[in-house]
Amino acid sequence: MKPTHFEILPLQSDEDLVQVRQKLRARMVELGFTLVEQTKMVTAASELGRNALLYGGGGTARLESVEDSNRLGLRMTIEDQGAGIADIEQAMTDGYTSGSGLGLGLGGSKRLVKDFELWSEPGLGTRVTIALWK
Amino acid sequence: MEQIPILQVGEFLLVSIQVDLHDRLVLRLQDDLTAQVVKKQAKGVLIDLSTVEIVDSFIGRMLGNMAALSQMLGAHAVVVGIRPAVAITIVELGLSLNNVHTALNVDKGIALLQTLVKQSSAEVRDEAYPL
Ligand SMILES: Nc1ncnc2c1ncn2[C@@H]1O[C@H](COP(=O)(O)OP(=O)(O)OP(=O)(O)O)[C@@H](O)[C@H]1O
Ligand SMILES: [Mg+2]
Repeated sequence: MKPTHFEILPLQSDEDLVQVRQKLRARMVELGFTLVEQTKMVTAASELGRNALLYGGGGTARLESVEDSNRLGLRMTIEDQGAGIADIEQAMTDGYTSGSGLGLGLGGSKRLVKDFELWSEPGLGTRVTIALWK
Repeated sequence: MEQIPILQVGEFLLVSIQVDLHDRLVLRLQDDLTAQVVKKQAKGVLIDLSTVEIVDSFIGRMLGNMAALSQMLGAHAVVVGIRPAVAITIVELGLSLNNVHTALNVDKGIALLQTLVKQSSAEVRDEAYPL
């Protein structure tokens, strides 16, 4: 699997999060993803980006087109150097929030975009990768 | 400062969201809307999402809050115009808009508000003059 095009977007403010959603949407339209696919992936990115802002002190979103032998995909990696997640299983559980949210962001994103990978290390930060294939 | 317009339509308020919502803007809308409900003594609030491309957990939570706050201040709230792709996503995300009335479009939303207003004034009459 090789990346064919990538771009790194800042995630430091509410406005940045809107930019990330819009850039992702635009790439998905270009690649011909369906409206439902676009909506699911953009919603997942919005959840993960907000988590990076709220709990990770901000970070970046890397957007890349990827290609393997027979298919084309789009991958987004959202990463921060914040406090990290000590108990990942708990964080992934629907309804668990350490703040004032609904606790749906992580679990919901994984349901929306099955190709979901979370890495987190207390003290180092958090990185979540989601990908959708054509 | 950016702001989402709130229009008055008779005894109802109409919020039509035309921009990509960032979080502060949604919080501001919640404040503006509750202030307007009181100021205009609105009987109903209609939130039109027909141009909204995503509803995530934050926006969903705020919709629930706005409906609950309106209710507390004497106005019924109806969310209209949710796009099919957004509806599918809301369900899969696990968001429940159970406590929020929804309708297909603005016309149907207004009809629903009128029914809700009629119902609640009938209930008030029943309480005032019990059999
Ligand atoms: N990037 C992150 N850095 C540190 N902790 C995180 C991060 N992302 C999530 N968490 C932790 O995981 C918990 C669950 O996250 P999730 O997104 O599922 O719910 P939430 O953000 O609390 O609420 P919601 O997303 O529904 O508004 C958070 O409350 C937080 O404690
Ligand atoms: Mg979250």
